[in-house]
Amino acid sequence: MASIAKHVESLGAYCITAMEQTGRTFNMLLQVLWELLHPPYRFYPIVRQMYFIGARSLTLIIVSGVTIGMVLGLQFYNILQRFGSVELLGAGVALGVIRELGPVMTALMVVGRAGSSITAELGIMRITEQVDALECMAISPDKFLIAPKVVAGLLSVPLLTMVFDFVALFGGYFVGVKMFGVAEGSYWNGMTDAVEWQDVRLGLEKSFVFGVLVTLICCSRGFYMHLTKAGSQGAEGVSSATTDAVVLSSIAVLFSDFLIGALA
Amino acid sequence: MTGNTPTTNAITIRDLVVDYGPRRILNGINLDVPHGQIMVIMGQSGAGKSTLLRCILGLKKPTSGSIQMLGTDIATASRKEIYKARKQIGVAFQGGALFSSMSVAENIQLALHEHTDLDEKTIQIMTRIKLDMVNLLEAENLMPSELSGGMAKRAALARAIIMDPKLLFFDEPSSGLDPSTAAELDQLILTLKKGMGITIVVVTHELDSIFKIADHIAVMKDGNLILTGTPQEIIDSTNPEIQGMLNRKPRETIVDTDAHLRRLTGDF
Ligand SMILES: Nc1ncnc2c1ncn2[C@@H]1O[C@H](COP(=O)(O)OP(=O)(O)O)[C@@H](O)[C@H]1O
Ligand SMILES: [Mg+2]
Repeated sequence: MASIAKHVESLGAYCITAMEQTGRTFNMLLQVLWELLHPPYRFYPIVRQMYFIGARSLTLIIVSGVTIGMVLGLQFYNILQRFGSVELLGAGVALGVIRELGPVMTALMVVGRAGSSITAELGIMRITEQVDALECMAISPDKFLIAPKVVAGLLSVPLLTMVFDFVALFGGYFVGVKMFGVAEGSYWNGMTDAVEWQDVRLGLEKSFVFGVLVTLICCSRGFYMHLTKAGSQGAEGVSSATTDAVVLSSIAVLFSDFLIGALA
Repeated sequence: MTGNTPTTNAITIRDLVVDYGPRRILNGINLDVPHGQIMVIMGQSGAGKSTLLRCILGLKKPTSGSIQMLGTDIATASRKEIYKARKQIGVAFQGGALFSSMSVAENIQLALHEHTDLDEKTIQIMTRIKLDMVNLLEAENLMPSELSGGMAKRAALARAIIMDPKLLFFDEPSSGLDPSTAAELDQLILTLKKGMGITIVVVTHELDSIFKIADHIAVMKDGNLILTGTPQEIIDSTNPEIQGMLNRKPRETIVDTDAHLRRLTGDF
């Protein structure tokens, strides 16, 4: 009995922690919005963070985009061939990439590359009192540290998604047209006929949401590290906060992908 | 009531109590720091010196009590009021806390960039003046990771005084430094007081520097202020705790050996 009570207790503690963290992340969003509405407005820090996120993730995005495009090309070709409708290949690849895989895969890549280093950076700043130093200089960390990262996430993830989509379509083209000999015209025309504005818009909406979600979760995990158990564990705490942030934001991406898809 | 009442103190602390979770860290502190003087807070590590500093700076909310800093009641002030008060202070943290993504010069300039409209050239000159004061001109373009411990502390000091603050906090300036660098820092702290009239709060347990720089000394132990006074009053004190600290005697010898043995073996 005692052990059941103990399990219930730890489950309760876990739920409270999870709720606290969700609350803090949401609070951070409000702070960022508040700061964005108040001057001074600075663009350079945002550009710098976009460069940081973009430069970190671009190669990975291109490589994985081409690969995913090729995989889709391969799979769709095999399936479509059974029904004798390989002319739908372009449409299949394009819809799959633009509506679903482009935004999700891009967001996951950004989590792994840029998100993890955002958490580590802010976590280290927290435990070495750099955040306190900023506070004592009367500089709001929300404005100086967090807001540029969140805005950069909001803008970079959609841009990177477009890059991913673009190269993925060529990956599919390479496999379908160059390897299996699907007619070039039917690949591109099938694509332009099938893809509608609402598909593009869905993909874009998703990537905006993912961009904000990922940067917010990664920022709040690092920035509020001192309020969690990891806060007292020094360098080890930074690494566990980073792992947590990656896991959590990946789940958030996948789950919100489902939600947006279901609501659309 | 962040009163404009004129006061002779830069900092006035009354009945300050602070807890971390269930642990009481500060247990009813009363402290006055007069304008234009150097207050040294001394005490063993873990006594609560840094925590006291964090409360004064508004980084940690106290459980109860009041803290007046430059006329602002830090314990009850809004974020905006606290930020306003902070524009008049400078803080050099224990480990330096330099921003690791910025060079030494960028670290020092940051407050100027954020809070003033000065042009780039002026900012650069002001930066060099402060770097020169801490004898760190050659490190202008180095990154914090390339600095030694002593250099990082001096850079942190330069950053703390860039806005010509009225009030300067310095947490453990000389710990971990070689004697000559430590002496240089002491000299610099005295210069800042005399030349610029800054009120300075220094946390340290280096006896040499305490008696060189202090106008007032506050001695802390286990979350309590056990004595405040001038250096002479501290030396003359008959309090055995303080005499122990001054003579660097080891902890008082254990009287109840049985009880101590039981504590060590965990058998209560
Ligand atoms: N963030 C914290 N969480 C819990 N306890 C803390 C924290 N910071 C300091 N303490 C505790 O407060 C006490 C005083 O610490 P501190 O003010 O850093 O001492 P000092 O600076 O005098 O060496 C110590 O016992 C320390 O364990
Ligand atoms: Mg300390």
